[in-house]
Amino acid sequence: MLIPCPLCGARDLREFTVKGSALTLDRPAADAMPEDWHGYLHLRDNPAGPSRELWWHGAGCGAWLVVQRNTVTHEILSVTLAEQEAGA
Amino acid sequence: MVRLLEETPLSGLDVVHGAVRLREMPSITRTWLAPYPGHERAMSHALKVAMGLSWPAPGEALEAGSVRLLWAGRAQAWLLGAEPARAFSAHGAVIDQTEGWVELELSGAGRADVLARLTPLDMAAAGFPEGRTARSLLGHVSALFAAGSEAMEIHVMRSMAHTAASDIEDAMRSVAARG
Amino acid sequence: MRLCDRGRINRSISLPFTFDGQLLTGHPGDTLASALLANGIRLMGRSFKYHRPRGVMTAGAEEPNALVEVGLGAAMVSNVRATVQELYEGLEARSQNRWPSLRVDALALNDLLSPFLGAGFYYKTFMWPQSFWERVYEPMIRRAAGLGSLVADADPARHEKAFAWCDLLVTGAGPTGLMAALAAGEAGAEVILADESSEPGGRLLSEVEDVGGMPATDWVDTCVARLRAMPNVRLMTRTVVTGAYDGGVYGAFERVGDHLSGPHADLPTDCFWRITARRAVLATGAIERPIAFADNDRPGVMMASAVRSYLNRYGVSPGKRVALFATNDDAYRTARDLRGAGVEVAAIIDPRDAAPAGAEFPVFSDAQVVGTGGRLGLRHIHVRTAGKTRRIPLDTLAVSGGWNPSLHLTSHMGARPQWRGDIHAFVPGNGSAGVPGLSAAGAANGVFDTAGCLAEGLRAARTVLEDLGIPAIAVDLPEAEQDAGRTAPLWLVPGKRRAWVDFQNDVTAKDVKMAGQEGFDSVEYMKRYTTQGMAPDQGKNSNVNALAILADATGRSIEQTGTTIYRPPYSPVPIGALGAGAQGKGFAPERFTTSHSASVARGAPMIEAGLWYRPSYFPAPGETTWRQACDREVTMVRSAVGVCDVSTLGKIELFGPDTGAFLDMVYANRFATLKPGKARYGIMLREDGHVMDDGTTARLSEDHWVMTTTTAAAGEVMAHLEMVQQCFMPQAQVRFTSTTDAWAQFAIAGPRSREVLDTLLDHRIDAETFPFMGCGAVRVNGIDARLFRISFSGEQAYELAVPTRFGTSLWRLLVAQAEGFGGGPYGMEALNVLRIEKGFLTHAELHGRTTAFDLGMQGILSSKKEFIGRAAAARPGLVDPDREQLVGLRPVDREIAIPAGAHLFGHDADPVRVNDEGYVTSSGYSPTLGRYIGLGFLRNGRGRHGEVIKLVDHLRDVYEFCMVCDPVFFDPDGGRARG
Repeated sequence: MLIPCPLCGARDLREFTVKGSALTLDRPAADAMPEDWHGYLHLRDNPAGPSRELWWHGAGCGAWLVVQRNTVTHEILSVTLAEQEAGA
Repeated sequence: MVRLLEETPLSGLDVVHGAVRLREMPSITRTWLAPYPGHERAMSHALKVAMGLSWPAPGEALEAGSVRLLWAGRAQAWLLGAEPARAFSAHGAVIDQTEGWVELELSGAGRADVLARLTPLDMAAAGFPEGRTARSLLGHVSALFAAGSEAMEIHVMRSMAHTAASDIEDAMRSVAARG
Repeated sequence: MRLCDRGRINRSISLPFTFDGQLLTGHPGDTLASALLANGIRLMGRSFKYHRPRGVMTAGAEEPNALVEVGLGAAMVSNVRATVQELYEGLEARSQNRWPSLRVDALALNDLLSPFLGAGFYYKTFMWPQSFWERVYEPMIRRAAGLGSLVADADPARHEKAFAWCDLLVTGAGPTGLMAALAAGEAGAEVILADESSEPGGRLLSEVEDVGGMPATDWVDTCVARLRAMPNVRLMTRTVVTGAYDGGVYGAFERVGDHLSGPHADLPTDCFWRITARRAVLATGAIERPIAFADNDRPGVMMASAVRSYLNRYGVSPGKRVALFATNDDAYRTARDLRGAGVEVAAIIDPRDAAPAGAEFPVFSDAQVVGTGGRLGLRHIHVRTAGKTRRIPLDTLAVSGGWNPSLHLTSHMGARPQWRGDIHAFVPGNGSAGVPGLSAAGAANGVFDTAGCLAEGLRAARTVLEDLGIPAIAVDLPEAEQDAGRTAPLWLVPGKRRAWVDFQNDVTAKDVKMAGQEGFDSVEYMKRYTTQGMAPDQGKNSNVNALAILADATGRSIEQTGTTIYRPPYSPVPIGALGAGAQGKGFAPERFTTSHSASVARGAPMIEAGLWYRPSYFPAPGETTWRQACDREVTMVRSAVGVCDVSTLGKIELFGPDTGAFLDMVYANRFATLKPGKARYGIMLREDGHVMDDGTTARLSEDHWVMTTTTAAAGEVMAHLEMVQQCFMPQAQVRFTSTTDAWAQFAIAGPRSREVLDTLLDHRIDAETFPFMGCGAVRVNGIDARLFRISFSGEQAYELAVPTRFGTSLWRLLVAQAEGFGGGPYGMEALNVLRIEKGFLTHAELHGRTTAFDLGMQGILSSKKEFIGRAAAARPGLVDPDREQLVGLRPVDREIAIPAGAHLFGHDADPVRVNDEGYVTSSGYSPTLGRYIGLGFLRNGRGRHGEVIKLVDHLRDVYEFCMVCDPVFFDPDGGRARG
């Protein structure tokens, strides 16, 4: 499996680690309700098809990435820098 | 008065297997530069003024005289061979890494074959020409590669230099044995 | 029988080898199978279940029968296909699955019991009693059935792995693959041409035909010479592409040294390649399929294409008198080649009603082979034609049931092959689950004539070039044979006796039918019930026949029945090759400190701490146990001074005006308020509210900070900091990087620590400039260094950091100076006891399931700011008073040690799981207190100081009573550290 890093180009899977759903980016506000924190911490979909995940190019450039891929076909649909998604 | 003596991690390693040579390079001043968000152009300008070099694009290695600037990852570069200018720290992090990393040099015609046994990245001249850098793996070890005209520079963390060198030597032997 | 005039073998050199101890000779260019046949040996193995005598059936990787053991001792490899193993001088091969010998095999008795050993017999027979399953039945079955044996020793082979990249990967160097590689190579594409055989050419090496107006082998040689001259083409022989994976990555297994006699010690046995290809052409050809007829498994029954391979490529005739049983015109080509080699053709048995006219051989049309005879090798066959059965004496029967395209790789991402009725074969499916960028061409795509294959190869290359935007260069298409002949389907000759479908797994037509009758009528069920298509050959010969028979048994068409989806690997790959480089030191990198050699020289045993190696203790003369050294080192630190290398702790330098705010986000306690020149202890939580790591962070100047992490968690913390910065605070004016390797850092601990420092620093320090938790720049011998007044021992202590290149030198000086003050170096054992005495934490306590509340550090959580883990840490369940809390433990009996991992129970409670109230995390002997002490977690522990509880370690048979106490055993007010 190759992941096209926006900075480094297509790189082997072994340079990356996956964190899980990109929901991690949507951290609730400090005063959010406990239910919001519960959803943020614990509730995850398990999609058959397009998914949006957070990956770290730790053995490469060090960028955190938002990877959209299809869990059925393994096709990678898009890869962007998490800091851009987070509004840098 | 005490005296502190210097030591390199590989004691000046210099070995040849087949047509490939591996050696530990002398350490030079290495500064980690990382502009703050929004300060990339200002850092680039400061570099231009002080060193005649602009901020490198991803995977780019720049050179001006004996000073080099290697892209070293997301929003970071290494300044090699010169002390950083005072102005840099207004625009980003300036951290001395002279001792943190060790440079190995792999030279000879079969060097891409040796690296193909360790690195999941195409290091042949066509795919990784002179003037390019990349962060990737050397076996299990994180490394920065910089392609020269006759050799590949391999920078690894100092504490893992021993493992990196023995992994490379092992691959050199395998390649040499194939003839 | 060796022929005198044909084949690609070098008759001028003789290679001695042994088979079952018998000394034989062959020639360079032989496989083990061709050399055995040349020596008149037909019996090469015994079958899996019935122990039937078996001979070689094919000349390629699909061989089901001729599996042997090669090599001796730990280097022995089993299930080696004799058709793939190249001959070398001194090769030692042995037959498998027989006792006492290949000719006389006691377990051939199984064959007589065959009526009871059909498909599913395990499930039906070994039902009861249940207690017999593991003790009796399984060992018995495993002994009786199976192929080669395993070696218990570690694999001594030198395996290798490697990566490769190309524009086009061509798999198979037959006419299709050669043509594709030539066309793409001429156009300048980076091409890898991989072929499983020792030389390129594919079927052309085995056929007598012309290509481009010259003998096919000459055309191959010309073609290969052209390819070898192209710097952009890499020709990889002995390389089988085993799997197709995501992103255009292909696995390929290369045999590097297993065909050599006495290879160079550095030469790998094999290499597993990960090839990344922008496009791939599958030109793997086709595999000839057998026909199921009665007793079709005797040595001497071979595939027709294999007979031609042995004749034309290896210069060996498999027999003296050969008949052919074929559903297609290949029989006539085989007969012609046999006659050309001077071998008698006994008959052609053609099940088609209209055999081609004008044959020069005895031909029986509308005929079938209905039986065979010969105990250890074929002696005669029975042929039924025009209602009569006749017996034909012979020694070899060449069989062809048509060709199955080798389309396996096209299925590796889930695509199902499609049936083509016109050629009676499955061809690659074109569904959405195909392998992106991979296309099949030539025989792998159902085109069987040479001219068609050449044209397909050229077409495939042109398509790839167009896709990649590389201009094509005109390449001539050579002339070649155009007629592939026609095939009539024949899967099974009806009869009462057993007819083999899967030779490797001893599956007969009857077994397949029985599966259908018993309801295992899906092809996937049938495969698992009968074991058809499993084991090394993965059904390369048998799949299509089996499902055709299943289709017939269940009254469906082949198309309706479908086929299984092939999965990687196409061909067996040794586990050792997949794990190449990961044995021994290759398992993980070793990180060494600058004091490593000096510690080893002092006799310190080195222990792993993450990837680092740290000294366990430094034995002094006269000490015989680690405890003596540890006790001495602890007392030394408490009474004088000790030095310890702490370079392994993670060091992350942070820089920027927003560093304070950033640290406030990652640490649970406050950091923005820290003044330059000061350090502070902090704990970091995960977002789920549990403690991730702890350490001190120092503010070197207004914008420059250095964080320390624990040794083991440094990588995890770095990834976490990157995530917090990039995902939550992308605008923050802060950047950071690991400087762990840039500084050699040493702890100098004990009441005389400052005296040691004073001998080394260029300028003396005092309590004013370096108060407890102070930090700053110092100089040693003119070298810029950093000094931190922090303590992990509870004593007045400093950590001195110098640029790594001076580490070795500084360590030696520190040890020498410390010894001058009655101290010396101390190792991990003493460090651990010192910190337990003080109740300081390590990852024994910060093990990922503990909270700040559990550790008694709830007060450290700042209420004035947001931080990672704040919301979750406040959940009622994480601050429940009934949670297990950190406590100190002291045995009531001073002499008894506390084992780490022991569990805690109430004084009078039964030591069973439901009464479990906690566990011990750390323990050791405190020479300072003269007793054993421990740290652990106990339910509501903070409220139970003074209570006597029961400590139980069922594994070590320890049952004792302990007093619960405060986790700080020594100097509770911390006066010693503050000096």
